[in-house]
Amino acid sequence: MTTPGRVVATDGPAGPGGPVGAGRTVLRVDGLSVGTRQTPLLSDVSFSVDRGERVGLIGESGSGKSLTALAVMGLLPEGLGASGDVRLSARTPAARNLLGVGEREMARVRGDGMSMVFQEPMTALNPTMRVGDQVAEVMLLHRTQPSRSAARRRVVELLGQVDLPDPAHLARSYPHELSGGQRQRVVLAIALANDPALLICDEPTTALDVTVQATVLDLVVRGVEERDSAMLFITHDLGVVATVCERVLVMYGGRIVEAGPVQEVFADPRHRYTQGLVAASDLAGADGRRGRAQLPTIPGTVPPAGRFPSGCVFRTRCTHATQACASQPPWTPRGKHPAGAAAYGHACVHPAGGDDD
Amino acid sequence: MILRLLQRLVVLVTSLVVASLVVFGFMRVLPGDPARVALGVNASDAAVAQLREQFGLDRPVPVQYLDWVGGLLTLDPGIEFVSRAAIGPQIADRLQVTLWLVVASMVLALVIALPVGLWMAVRHRHWDGVVLSALSQVGVAVPAFLAGIVLISVFAVRLRWVPSGGWVVPAQDPVGFLQRLALPTLSLALVQAAVLARYIRSAVLDVLREDYLRTARAKGLRPVQALVRHGLRNAAVPVVTVLGLQLATLLIGAVVIERVFVIPGLGSLLLDSVAKRELLTVQAVVMVLVVAVLVINFVVDLLYLVIDPRLRTGAR
Ligand SMILES: Nc1ncnc2c1ncn2[C@@H]1O[C@H](COP(=O)(O)OP(=O)(O)OP(=O)(O)O)[C@@H](O)[C@H]1O
Ligand code: SF4
Ligand SMILES: [Mg+2]
Repeated sequence: MTTPGRVVATDGPAGPGGPVGAGRTVLRVDGLSVGTRQTPLLSDVSFSVDRGERVGLIGESGSGKSLTALAVMGLLPEGLGASGDVRLSARTPAARNLLGVGEREMARVRGDGMSMVFQEPMTALNPTMRVGDQVAEVMLLHRTQPSRSAARRRVVELLGQVDLPDPAHLARSYPHELSGGQRQRVVLAIALANDPALLICDEPTTALDVTVQATVLDLVVRGVEERDSAMLFITHDLGVVATVCERVLVMYGGRIVEAGPVQEVFADPRHRYTQGLVAASDLAGADGRRGRAQLPTIPGTVPPAGRFPSGCVFRTRCTHATQACASQPPWTPRGKHPAGAAAYGHACVHPAGGDDD
Repeated sequence: MILRLLQRLVVLVTSLVVASLVVFGFMRVLPGDPARVALGVNASDAAVAQLREQFGLDRPVPVQYLDWVGGLLTLDPGIEFVSRAAIGPQIADRLQVTLWLVVASMVLALVIALPVGLWMAVRHRHWDGVVLSALSQVGVAVPAFLAGIVLISVFAVRLRWVPSGGWVVPAQDPVGFLQRLALPTLSLALVQAAVLARYIRSAVLDVLREDYLRTARAKGLRPVQALVRHGLRNAAVPVVTVLGLQLATLLIGAVVIERVFVIPGLGSLLLDSVAKRELLTVQAVVMVLVVAVLVINFVVDLLYLVIDPRLRTGAR
């Protein structure tokens, strides 16, 4: 079994699972746009995730990471609409565009073909229901266990798999009797219960104690590896992306501004926003061991939704911006990637060159 | 859990004791001697003295209090000063009538408010949810007696569908009973339903925003399924609080509505006894109302423990 750390060491653009072909693509998002009636929030988001592949989605707060995840799950808040193309190839009716599928059919996919772990474990579970019943529910709902008693047995196994102590006893407790880390393990057990083809994690460890973050991350990675599931992993911690993911998508202002294999993008970012992110992360200081306080930050703040500039969304904060940046920079593929041009490239008119500018 | 139960029981008993002291004390500090008040200003001193002796009003106050509480505990609050009629059976009779009214109103209010409140919450962004919400807001502002008068003038006076008031025992004349129950129940229930529906709406709206409802959706539950399986129980806590308050309000509100519809309930007995200056009866009726309210609160506390496991553990 691979450890999370190993992934960073691979040097080929392809994931560790061998050739990445059309047959392995689990999730394909094409030209996804999300917004209210007045304000666009996501624009032209395209990416794909293959079976067994772990793709990171990074960006500052408010860049649109969660909205991307919710749009894929079909769980956008009321008042937001989505257009574009979202296809999940596993166990879905003829790989239809999920954005056009009715609620009833969509519900059949959620929790089965794809599932999601949310950021806040303290509130993610129903406080008035025993945690075992909450895990069992997702299996009974999708009929992946033949009976209540079979589901109950499977619950104990699942809770054991996420390293919860005394799972048989724990299944009978209520969420408030568990710690944050324990609750997030229960949420993970729910998400993994039906062996989803795609697992989406939205900052699954951000709200947790630093001491348990690494353990929960390991469990997430172990869970998707055992099932050969595709994973979309949202975080703003570049270090976590470096240990967990093979590929990364950099998002800002509701657009993917750069994408590619983790080590290429982090070691040699092209988009000026990625460059800023990397410089502001402790990845950049890996050799120098700088303290957090001295990290350079990206100047300015993320504008509120709808206030991003036209053209390059980053140009109001970019020190390299010129008149050319006032129109939307085209996607520039970088090297060849089996998952397509959207998987490896950037949208910057004056990209960082690989040398140290 | 057991600890919690005991805690609530202690609270109930303590408040019952305090309430009995207050009711007893309040009636005794009213100016004038109860016997003199009951017999009227024209009664002779001898007659008053005789009554005082008969009813033990000449004994020390603590003894009188204990005697009174003893009577209540054995469900025998004694007899009236003037008519010498036993108070207990009167209260039992009247209480039955009032309970019919209160329970029927509460059930009707709940039956109306539950679907309407849910609908208002689920459809709060649509025109029908907004219209219902506005209507309920109007309903909240209407006093029950006004609703009663309007209902009488429409259904009793104009349409002549039902009598405008009075009462018959259900066993004697079930149809007549229902006819006479209809309007007072409606006038109490409509207002309560409006209030209740608004609370249900806001409780459900709060729950709809909860993360665990999104988790439920992510599991593959459809919106209504998720709300029913994971939302309603959580929304029940604030709603039960309001239900308790409403039951108490109804009990007191029945006093007025019984007057409007000429119904021989506890409220009418209370007002009659005040008019007849029968202190012992007034005391007993007030005490029955207070006990009912305290017991309702106790039951609400117990329901919290049943609904929300978080309240079962921990010191507070
Ligand atoms: N229901 C909504 N209506 C209007 N705007 C919204 C809505 N939900 C989110 N937004 C806006 O969309 C933008 C992207 O939000 P999103 O939650 O996807 O950010 P994020 O990248 O996940 O940030 P974070 O790291 O803080 O979780 C934000 O500016 C947010 O204010
Ligand atoms: S396109 Fe222009 S504004 Fe945008 S990141 Fe590149 S240089 Fe900066
Ligand atoms: Mg987010």
